[in-house]
Amino acid sequence: MTRRQLWQRFNAHLDQPLLIGILLLLLISLLVLFSADNANVDQALKQLVNIGVAFALMWLVANLPLHYLMRSAVPIYLLGLALLLGVALFGEISHGARRWLNIGIATIQPSELMKIGVPLMMAWYFEKYEASLGLRHCIVAAVLLLVPVALIARQPDLGTALLIAASGFYVLFLAGLSWKIIAGLFVSALASAPVLWSMMHDYQRHRILMLFDPSQDALGKGYHTIQATIAVGSGGLLGKGYLNGTQGRLDFLPERTTDFIFAVYAEEFGLIGNLVLLGVYLYVIGRGFVITANASTYFTRLMAGSITLTFATYAFVNMGMVSGILPVVGVPLPLVSYGGTSMLTLLLGFGILMSIETHKKLVQT
Amino acid sequence: MSLRAELRDSQREISRFQLRLAVGIGFVLVLFGILLVRFLYLQVVRHDYYDTLAENNRISLVPIVPNRGLILDRNGVVLAHNFSGYTLEITPSKVADLEATINELATLVEIAPRDRRRFKKLMAERRNFETLIIRNKLSDEEVARFAAQQFRFPGVEIKARLFRDYPYGEAMAHMLGYIGRINQKDADRLEEQEVAANYRGTDYIGKTGLEQFYENELHGTTGFEQVEVDSSGRAIRLLSRTAPVSGNTLMLSVDAKLQEVAVQAFGNYRGALVAIDPANGEVLAFVSKPGFDPSLFIDGIDPQSWDELNNSPDTPLNNRALRGQYPPGSTIKPFMALTGLHFQTRAPSRTISDPGYYTLPGSAHRYRDWKKDGHGSVDLFKSIVVSCDTYYYGLATELGIDRIFSYLSEFGFGKKTGIDIEGESAGLLPSQEWKAKRFKQKWYAGDTVSVGIGQGYNLVTPMQLAVATAALANNGAVYQPHLVREVRSLGNQKVRRIPQVKMFDAQVPAEHQELVRRAMIAVTQPGGTAVLASAGAPYAIAGKTGTAQVIGIKQGASYNEGSVAERYRDHAWFIAYAPAEQPKIALVVLAENGGHGGGTAAPIARKVMDYYLLGKLPDAPLTAPADAEAEND
Repeated sequence: MTRRQLWQRFNAHLDQPLLIGILLLLLISLLVLFSADNANVDQALKQLVNIGVAFALMWLVANLPLHYLMRSAVPIYLLGLALLLGVALFGEISHGARRWLNIGIATIQPSELMKIGVPLMMAWYFEKYEASLGLRHCIVAAVLLLVPVALIARQPDLGTALLIAASGFYVLFLAGLSWKIIAGLFVSALASAPVLWSMMHDYQRHRILMLFDPSQDALGKGYHTIQATIAVGSGGLLGKGYLNGTQGRLDFLPERTTDFIFAVYAEEFGLIGNLVLLGVYLYVIGRGFVITANASTYFTRLMAGSITLTFATYAFVNMGMVSGILPVVGVPLPLVSYGGTSMLTLLLGFGILMSIETHKKLVQT
Repeated sequence: MSLRAELRDSQREISRFQLRLAVGIGFVLVLFGILLVRFLYLQVVRHDYYDTLAENNRISLVPIVPNRGLILDRNGVVLAHNFSGYTLEITPSKVADLEATINELATLVEIAPRDRRRFKKLMAERRNFETLIIRNKLSDEEVARFAAQQFRFPGVEIKARLFRDYPYGEAMAHMLGYIGRINQKDADRLEEQEVAANYRGTDYIGKTGLEQFYENELHGTTGFEQVEVDSSGRAIRLLSRTAPVSGNTLMLSVDAKLQEVAVQAFGNYRGALVAIDPANGEVLAFVSKPGFDPSLFIDGIDPQSWDELNNSPDTPLNNRALRGQYPPGSTIKPFMALTGLHFQTRAPSRTISDPGYYTLPGSAHRYRDWKKDGHGSVDLFKSIVVSCDTYYYGLATELGIDRIFSYLSEFGFGKKTGIDIEGESAGLLPSQEWKAKRFKQKWYAGDTVSVGIGQGYNLVTPMQLAVATAALANNGAVYQPHLVREVRSLGNQKVRRIPQVKMFDAQVPAEHQELVRRAMIAVTQPGGTAVLASAGAPYAIAGKTGTAQVIGIKQGASYNEGSVAERYRDHAWFIAYAPAEQPKIALVVLAENGGHGGGTAAPIARKVMDYYLLGKLPDAPLTAPADAEAEND
């Protein structure tokens, strides 16, 4: 093989438009991480390693024919469920929550696996019973969704649980769940709010209360929200300039390489920067929708749609939380926040999208 | 199912899916629209608000405390200054076991019981996240010893501070006062005066004396450093600096050496001395004996020292010169004489016959003269020289209280002098109105009789009497006394001179002035009551002795100094000015329990005048009250 052929072989299953968007976001990530880490390259370099590993996985998945993915749906889901049960029984407690499982060689967070596992399982289920989408199937799908969500919620990790619930709901929604049921779900969600409230842990309630009046606990739990909002607002139209954000550089922003990285970005690049970031996200999401629309099978449509919508939800929830319109739920800014696990999960999702896009011709022919 | 039906089904399914997808896209656009609106709101609409918050986060104003102004005497001798030193301070909230920590510290630096007591008191008064002084004025060696062991003492630190120092200690304490830590009351007052910002970072404030009165001059203007800080308050870099402006220097009219001479001249006597330049009201010496060590108060006095000072029978904390109110005794006589002349009640040449007592018309009650057998024939001149009581009983009665009140008021009696120290007493110049108000009684003729010799209701402070004496030396012009002559900025440019304020003018005609002056000179000559005052003096001294009774003497009983316990002996007064023809100094001496003015008070005055007029230092101080000569006045 010539070098050119090798390159083509390498690129064959990478969707170029999506790749460009992802690369843009990753570039922003590295730049902001450098600033957020006080002009230190450490975090950016580590993130580069995370990106490298996640990219390899994405490439692998993108090259994987779709039937492998379909076939792996049930095992992945069951493995994830087993691991979640393992966490509930033997998990390691860190920061007051039982989220991690020590499997000997490493500690893993099974809820991350379920971010892919749940929509995958549900898409597989609907594909299997495509012809007859009755109430019975909806109930089965709901159970498939709610069991892992409940397990994650009681870790407790409400943010992840809600996001996984959302990704599953998107599958249901795209599969054609009747509007009546959606409306019913919506009403029952509202009705169950008091029940949920009573089941919540204090810190979770606190986070929600903080949303309404962060100043009540300015140096405690409200501190994150207040300082992040100040950072965003003080950025103004043009921002304070790269590496010049005072809130970030002077350590007023908490967790500024991970969940609150958007505050660093918004402070330094202002509204213009935010528009650019929203634009890039919309571009990636738009490409995801195009892939979804072009998908050739029921399974791939559901999967691609769910991945795309979930990605959009992540971006919205994080930016909403940093700018003070959503509670602090510990959701990273997708592809920008520092973190190996979330990078892996996200690029795995994009690998699936690319696989869907690049393997459809093979399916059709 | 036919292929066609399947395709149709598939087609329907796809179109349904596309509808759902469209809804999904719409959903995402709405979400991002919400974000956009939120960003517009935060970054455009509310930008200024958040920008201010971010700046407030970032920038911290660090006050730079100005150096407190110096206090110098009229010749530039330093009376109060600052020196930098180290203190050992503890933040109680950061220390687990205070007792153990202090005991540990005591092995490194000396911690006296007094330091411990003071620390306990500070603990009780202050919030425990403040740092409290356990030891001040550490030696370099102690600093080094602690620094090497500092890691063992979390919550304990050494701080460099400026200390206020009063080189003259006790001798000046009542005049200079002292500074002390700002307490809640001070803080509230500063808040009220809207100067609290200028006191950020300042720990001390003038509590009494000149330190208090001229606080605004002495404090200076606090400077500020704008510092960029991180979230833990650590300074990252300096943004701007506004230098502090040191407090102004007070130049006193007081002569430190004269003050020292005066303090020494008192020997063991308690009492007060005020010397004034009659030409302008400048105070030359201001003594209240005993004094106290002002440095005890700066960092909070320990309870034991406080008890000692507060419960001492010598009342060292009482500013006698300013707040001590005593009957003026015979020192009132020259003023009474002038009153008589003013109202032409007594011609200078008119004589009375003194049998040794005075009786009011129609009364058998005898007002005794201090001289049992009387002074014989007495005119105005002689009445002052021999201090004839009978003469003044009669004069007072003839004048009546109203006229006495109106004319003595012109010398400032019964009113605060307005000197530049707070807390002055007003003394008491009685009047009919006063008595009606105070006792709801009418004024009796007998009341007037005792007022005539300064033993009635009337009370004076030494300060007041000094001001009146200065007026006596200066044709009745009463100047407001002041201790500070000039306020200077640090560069020694003169900022302002304290103005001379003429408060009253008794407008003593020259012939009256001359008559009284001659009589007062004669007081200090052989035959007068204060021979000791001017014996061998190359300048003429005009003086008058006086006695302030401490206990009342029953009618018919006699006062025997020897038989009375020292603390119940009379207080001795002496007022004087010199040189008599061209007065440069007017002064008042009060020697508590000194018996009589001529014997104890006058020699003290002489030493002060000798030094001031001749530069002559006294040979030896007076020693004990027992040495007082048994001459009566």
